[in-house]
Amino acid sequence: MSNIEEIAQSLAGELKKGQADYLEARFEENETSHITYRGKAIESVGRSTASGGNVRALVRGGWGFTSFNDLAGLKKRVSLAVEQAQATGTDLSFLAPIESAQETISSGVKQNPVTIPLTEKKHLLDEYNEIIWGTPGIKTSSIVYSDSRKKVVFLNSEGSLISQERADVTILLNAIAAKDGEVQQMHISLGSRGDFKVIKGLHQRVREIAQKAVALLDAPQAKDSEYTVVLDPLLAGVFAHEAFGHLSESDFIFENERMREIMVLGKQFGAQHLNIVDSASDPAGMRGSYKYDDEGTPSVKTYLIREGKLVGRLHSRETAAKMNEKPSGNARAVNYRFPPIVRMTNTYIEPGVMSFQDMIADIKEGIYAKNMFGGTTAMEMFTFSAGEAYMIRNGKIAEAIRPVKLTGNVFDTLKNIDAIGNDLDMNQGGGCGKGSQAPLPVSLGSPHIRIQHCLIGGK
Amino acid sequence: MEAILSRAQKAAKEAEVFAVTSEETQVRFDANRLKQMETNQSTSVALRIIKDGKTGYAITTGMTDGQQLVNDAVETAAFGSEAKFSLPDATRYPEVEIFDPAVSQVPIKDMVALGEKMVAAVTVHTPGILCYASINRSTMTVRLINSRGGQAEYKKAFFSLDLEGNLIEGTDMLFVWDGESSCHPLLDPEKVIDAVLRQLDWAREKAKAPTKTLPVIFTPNGMASALISPLVSAFNGKVVLEGASPLGEKVGKTVFDKNFNLYDDPTVPYRPASRPCDDEGVASQRTQLVEEGAVKGFLYDLQTAGLAKKKSTGNGNRSRASLPTISPSALVVAPGKTTFNDMVADIKEGLVVEQLMGSEQGNVLGGDFSGNVLLGYKIEKGKIVGRVKDTMVSGNVYQILKDIAAIGSEAKWVSSFLQTPPFYCKGLSVSSKG
Repeated sequence: MSNIEEIAQSLAGELKKGQADYLEARFEENETSHITYRGKAIESVGRSTASGGNVRALVRGGWGFTSFNDLAGLKKRVSLAVEQAQATGTDLSFLAPIESAQETISSGVKQNPVTIPLTEKKHLLDEYNEIIWGTPGIKTSSIVYSDSRKKVVFLNSEGSLISQERADVTILLNAIAAKDGEVQQMHISLGSRGDFKVIKGLHQRVREIAQKAVALLDAPQAKDSEYTVVLDPLLAGVFAHEAFGHLSESDFIFENERMREIMVLGKQFGAQHLNIVDSASDPAGMRGSYKYDDEGTPSVKTYLIREGKLVGRLHSRETAAKMNEKPSGNARAVNYRFPPIVRMTNTYIEPGVMSFQDMIADIKEGIYAKNMFGGTTAMEMFTFSAGEAYMIRNGKIAEAIRPVKLTGNVFDTLKNIDAIGNDLDMNQGGGCGKGSQAPLPVSLGSPHIRIQHCLIGGK
Repeated sequence: MEAILSRAQKAAKEAEVFAVTSEETQVRFDANRLKQMETNQSTSVALRIIKDGKTGYAITTGMTDGQQLVNDAVETAAFGSEAKFSLPDATRYPEVEIFDPAVSQVPIKDMVALGEKMVAAVTVHTPGILCYASINRSTMTVRLINSRGGQAEYKKAFFSLDLEGNLIEGTDMLFVWDGESSCHPLLDPEKVIDAVLRQLDWAREKAKAPTKTLPVIFTPNGMASALISPLVSAFNGKVVLEGASPLGEKVGKTVFDKNFNLYDDPTVPYRPASRPCDDEGVASQRTQLVEEGAVKGFLYDLQTAGLAKKKSTGNGNRSRASLPTISPSALVVAPGKTTFNDMVADIKEGLVVEQLMGSEQGNVLGGDFSGNVLLGYKIEKGKIVGRVKDTMVSGNVYQILKDIAAIGSEAKWVSSFLQTPPFYCKGLSVSSKG
């Protein structure tokens, strides 16, 4: 196999010829393996390898982009991207200045998870699946395991040449119970930055989800209404990511006068205790972590909300320049087929001081919503589904109820967060989608939080 | 491809090589302005083998190392599922017209002009709105050969228009969207423009939805976002085989309203989802799923058909070159007799749902759905009076489709996978905040 680092280096001179206001190229090679179970049997097991690249050009504010698998004839690809950019641009190019960088970054894992024999992976998954099937009342199960290792080499017309390697492991275990035409399910979703050990030893948790799925068949449904709702760290993290995080992505804000007014820095979005962060740099070693984004910008820790006020947002070089703010290193592409766009990394609500017991102590009737089933957002409106839910009665966790769906307006909901716990926990199972780019590795988290007047729909 | 096949045959009894090559060009407008042009070239090759009765599988994109591909497939075959099928022999395929050479001839400047026309029409109609538009053209070649002499090859062309508008006033945000796709060039954007302008007109005023049971009209876009995904699962032969489909034991039984007819059809000329054969080399056919309210059949690929002792319906789909899984190619819901305007006129108080958000979450298998009305309108005394917000709609697809008030006469393609008329449904649970 050709070495993409050599290919990239051979193109460095071509990019610096000044054919465009800015030029960059990205080359990628990756390998993956996956095993999926549907029911008792393996549904699919496979390996893949891929290689490809792209060239992106900026001329007078217009972008040209071309992606390819065929790594021959790269000068022509550069010309094509430049021609496209020329045909598009009519204005001025905006690009926030960054230091050029030359660096090689390894994946940081001792063992590339893709090279672990499939036998070993299968053995572990078989154990989990047997636990699920050994639980009375279980109708079926599904397991999706995948791992990957990839190397991305980035270079641009400003002299950067960055090679970054990363590895990923994700697992989704789902137990499905059924009775009298009713179906209920419960799942675990986990991931790591290439460390296979993270998915070992889940036996007890697998047993619990299987038992809970069966128990849900007899659980009552909450009445559709407004409640005081306590979210567990995972679901609160989903809220931080889905409902608020996407609003902080500047590609939607920078050319939109009215959005700029809504998302004006300094505006009070929540109470004094509320702090929301997106950071690829710290914590390191999470699935959303990296040193350089896909435009070669170093990642930083970005406070989006600090003490309840909007203080920052996520940028590419273009959006940062247009808004006259600092680039935050949030331009990411899911793979070489796509240009980088503004994305989140590790997004979380910072912990406060309240214990979980204190948080529920004065709730007469409320809902404790846990785990994530899914979530989507359309700017200020959001919906997300809990995977698990309980009634809170007179300050205590009471009966399990059918999973609930929370919906509302993010601005109102942020203001309605009236308690933040002291128990931050990050989840690594997430894959974020935006446009057609999915799943992008991210992580998200929060301590427990309490929301007043939250609209709950049952089904 | 032949070289990979012959190498694979040395290692396994049966083998199949599937390759897809595509070239696509996109012109994109962001915030009312031409922003980006993009071309993407891609080639993927997948190898599937049956070794000692088990399926092995590997895929490569880009630089193809044939021996690596064979080695990977052999390793996976050791754990692969037991193959319950044989690859198809040489087969005669139906003639399905899906390639119009004019698509790749559409000049870039014409694509730019289409975008400018769409953006101009919307911004003139609604000052202050921001438009995001894309114009795409692509061609793809699919080729498949197997060790039993089966082979297929076809070319497809694809053209699409997408137009999204986003209007913000205070913290009130409105999204409108429509799109169209075809295997012919789409050089007239009027239909897409009209649909978007109509959405803007209906959303101009604000209205308040009450919390109660109301009749709801789902537009074709609304059908796609609310009611279709439970049906896609329920008619999947694999879900049926597992006993998880609520329709599994209902073949021949009338489960839906007598006027409800649904089929899968990959043979409609010049539709982007059409094709002469599926991604396993099984000939395309029209498969009736619901006829006059009765369940007629389910969708199968080769492996599931083998397990269920049925025949493949030609629904083995690969996303790019991944392993085949069952999915509909193009679902068609037969139109009824009632015009959209007559439906609205019939409703004293109700909703029109154009876009439901989050309905795919929840107990999809059981047919329950609920979602936030991203775009929807209030009907009062037979007239659309304005847009509703902070409103959730929920129900059960099987209950709703058992007794339909009326099925629309005007069918429309939504993306490339669904053709449906609007549906007028009797009573859905509506809850509204505040």
